Amino acid sequence: MWMPELPAFVPFFIGAVLALVTSGKVRQAILLITPVLSGLHLLTVPVGTILSFDFLSFQLQVFEVDKLSLLFGYIFHIAAFICMLFALHVKDTLQQVSGLLYAGSAIGAVFAGDLITLFIFWELLAVTSVFLIWARRTERSYIAGLRYLIIQVLSGVILLVGIIFYAYKNQSIDFEFIGLGDTASWLIFIAFGIKCAFPMLHNWLTDAYPEATPTGTVFLSAFTTKVAVYALARAYPGTELLIYIGVIMACFPIFFAVIENDLRRVLAYSMINQIGFMVVGIGIGTALAVNGAVSHAFNDILFKGLLFMSMGAVLHMTGKIDGSRLGGLYKTMPKTAILCMVGAASISAFPLFSGFVSKSMVMSAALNNGYGWAWALLLFSAAGVFHHAGIKIPYFAFFAHDSGIRTSEPPKNMLMAMSIAAVLCIAIGVYPQALYSLLPFDTGYNPYDATHVLTQTQLLFFSALAFVWLNLRGMYPPELPSVNLDIDWIYRRLFPAILTPFFSTFWAIDRAVRRVFMRGVNGLLDMISRHEPDGILSRTQLSGSMVVWVTIVLAVYLILSFW
Amino acid sequence: MIQHLPILQVIIPLLAAPICFILREAKLVRWFVLLANIMAFVVSIMLLQQVNVHGTLVYTLGGWEAPIGIEYRIDELNAYLLILVTSISTVTLMAAGSSLNKEMKESKQTYFYIAYMLCLTGLLGILATGDAFNVFVFLEISSLASYTMIAMGNDRRSLWASYQYLIMGTIGATFILIGIGLMYMMTGTLNMHDLAERLVEVEQTKTVFTAFAFFLVGVCLKLALFPLHLWLPNAYAYAPSIATVFLAATATKVAIYILLRFIFSVYGFEFSFSHLPLTEILVSLGLVGIIAASIVAIYQTNVKRLFAYSSVSQIGYMILGLGIGNKTGLTATLLHLFNHALMKSAIFLALAGVVYRIGNVNIKNFAGLGRQMPWTMAAIVIGGLSLIGVPLTVGFVSKWYLVLALLENGWWPIAVLVLVGSLLAIAYIWRIVEVAYFKAPLQNNQSHKEAPPAILIPAWIFVIANFYFGIDTSFTAGLSERTAELLFGVVK
Repeated sequence: MWMPELPAFVPFFIGAVLALVTSGKVRQAILLITPVLSGLHLLTVPVGTILSFDFLSFQLQVFEVDKLSLLFGYIFHIAAFICMLFALHVKDTLQQVSGLLYAGSAIGAVFAGDLITLFIFWELLAVTSVFLIWARRTERSYIAGLRYLIIQVLSGVILLVGIIFYAYKNQSIDFEFIGLGDTASWLIFIAFGIKCAFPMLHNWLTDAYPEATPTGTVFLSAFTTKVAVYALARAYPGTELLIYIGVIMACFPIFFAVIENDLRRVLAYSMINQIGFMVVGIGIGTALAVNGAVSHAFNDILFKGLLFMSMGAVLHMTGKIDGSRLGGLYKTMPKTAILCMVGAASISAFPLFSGFVSKSMVMSAALNNGYGWAWALLLFSAAGVFHHAGIKIPYFAFFAHDSGIRTSEPPKNMLMAMSIAAVLCIAIGVYPQALYSLLPFDTGYNPYDATHVLTQTQLLFFSALAFVWLNLRGMYPPELPSVNLDIDWIYRRLFPAILTPFFSTFWAIDRAVRRVFMRGVNGLLDMISRHEPDGILSRTQLSGSMVVWVTIVLAVYLILSFW
Repeated sequence: MIQHLPILQVIIPLLAAPICFILREAKLVRWFVLLANIMAFVVSIMLLQQVNVHGTLVYTLGGWEAPIGIEYRIDELNAYLLILVTSISTVTLMAAGSSLNKEMKESKQTYFYIAYMLCLTGLLGILATGDAFNVFVFLEISSLASYTMIAMGNDRRSLWASYQYLIMGTIGATFILIGIGLMYMMTGTLNMHDLAERLVEVEQTKTVFTAFAFFLVGVCLKLALFPLHLWLPNAYAYAPSIATVFLAATATKVAIYILLRFIFSVYGFEFSFSHLPLTEILVSLGLVGIIAASIVAIYQTNVKRLFAYSSVSQIGYMILGLGIGNKTGLTATLLHLFNHALMKSAIFLALAGVVYRIGNVNIKNFAGLGRQMPWTMAAIVIGGLSLIGVPLTVGFVSKWYLVLALLENGWWPIAVLVLVGSLLAIAYIWRIVEVAYFKAPLQNNQSHKEAPPAILIPAWIFVIANFYFGIDTSFTAGLSERTAELLFGVVK
């Protein structure tokens, strides 16, 4: 369209500045036009390093384009547009400006050709997104946002340390395949892992996302973790460790999602679960698997966004988001209910919906490459997804018992945004070749063969059956959704019975050690904070004691000199 | 004319000071002083050009040849620092008028400007001269002028702070003098170039060791190396805002220059680092300084004092880079000299704006300032980001070199501690951000306006410089690398 060397994030940053100084209809127009224009611009850029300049002794490749980054670039533009549309009715400068900056940072990150540029956008992602959480303007969201920010910035710091080590060792900061090996690669891996919500490092996600504004969560769900998936796909494809991590990520959130009552938190858990599929794909590392991983990221942005949008709409209209306090909304929000179910069907990988065409790629790749166990566990988690995201979300929000809430459909822009996402979900499901043509590798994969369709349909059928049966038998109490699967019983009843005696002694020791240690740390902190700002180090000293220090340093130095 | 540049550099501000007396009127003096500063700045740029063309410039005062007369020697290292000092002093002076009007009576302002010019003379003299005793003389000129400036603060504690600085500064200067005296005793010369040649013969004597020790401790006192920094926080906190900007950005940097000059050019790298425990003492004190001063900074309630402690920790980074004893480390130190001056000028000038509107810099009063004074606060935050070492700011560039230097020696645990220092910097910057952007303004602070452009524009010149030199590193990093090579090149 115009000069191709304009980095893709620039329009967003310009748009953010314009949005800052305008208001009303003009601002709304800017919010919508920015992703559209930028997207059109992106269609014209060629592949290769487009913009770079010298920095220290390295080259900063601010804008480097290849098929992998283009795929993420496209979906981020689509997501930015949908999010902006969804949030169009919001009259909050903070949210809209930071939303644009956030989307721009994500786009900047995927087109970063070197590690330092990546790092800059990595931190910008953290800093710009936290305002979407703080924009709720409650004490709770402030604290949650602060925790989120600390962890995200920490991830960036670890990344930076890794980069410095990497640059020192390799004399290069190009962002390309790294692979696990030396300290540098591990540090970078951990930094990516934090943003990617690896197990044990995932708490920021389930902690902060549900605390954001109804529209903010939609933004958050689209970008941060997907940038991490992109980074992993570029730097660590074929790392076997990722398969284990991914499988754990796909499985463990299921249990938490099932017992969770806050429906947006359920979605946050299911997000980790979906990322698990992508991580497994990257871990396998074959062309098919990586294709599957990135296309699943593409689809996940759409269907998870759709689900978050529908829950955002529910929260926006009713002010409630707990499963136990909702129900029966289909009477007054039928369109939202239908759109939500499209999202649910996609995430559950119903044939003809988008989740199916990408998830099956990862599954096939696992099976083809001899990771049968991974395949089986992914299958189990796929059933779990259907359970908590496919059924639980729409069921408790829109059906179940009638909560008596009478509201109306959300504003038009919300419905529009959801409809666009829903149409895309179905379109990709029906005509996957459109998506496949954008993928980094050409594998000629076809998801619609008999085995896939049958396996998936059976799985979904039995999973649904289990839900219905449990529900009819009254074993799925809708108000307190806490116990549902038999597997659940194992980890909530059986394991404790066996493990409690063992762990209780272990914990007792652990507690004692911890207590002593924490007492020391707290004592130290207390001492510092009690004495500051007039503590021993910052008290105004008498001139005499300053001279004492001079004498000490001189004496020590002389002694050392004559040693 | 051209060949007299080295002396013009010093003589212009020196002559400007008494002329201020004659002019008397503060309004006139203000413009005159600015003019003199701009001239000094132009001279420093021309000097760097000359050095680039002709190499080291040697200027003999009054035509007396070196060992007897005093000579000025300008090489890349001092040319670089001369530009730093004159440019910062010039931009700072742009803001001086409005800030001083708020902070002191008009009748006192003329004296402040005179002290300012004398201080500048001293600093430029230290940088330009090639004579060890001359260094001491100029050091005293700049120190006495800075005690005066500090004492002119409108907080009564400024008198005490100035007095303490006077005591400590005098002890430091005395130590330096003792060191120089011992060197003179051993070699019979005061010219640095000459000293370097003659010290070789006597370098294994205890007298030379002692001379070096006194000299080092004296200079470390002047540059506020932990734990000899105790005079600094109060001096910075209670001085007039403009004095704080100027001293924080330049005075300690010049002291570090003295250290570099004597370690590398006079004693020589070989002697300093292999015969003396320089690495151990500089690295350990530098590190302790980085961590301890940052922790103290986190708990300060006076924001100027907070950044004063942050200066102590930043000095720790420079000393650490020097202590590593390799070329990259020295480059990091030289870069940080320049970069830290830019950061602190931006921050302290913005704080001058806060003082202008609010009257003090207690952190309580920062509540809600993010909305009331967005440009001022943005300058502080960006300066803070630079202190932390965020990429695209200058802070990142110098930290990058520092960490590389540590890795070159395989000292990665120290590299980790350096990064911990950055995390601590996040903590103290965050405290200000939290109060300024997330707290509602106090009852009596409801209606503050943005600082006047006269303060804001100079502050933003520094902010933009923070970005500019953070992105285009060819001037600073290139010059620092060349200078580091030069200094290592004179290894005996």
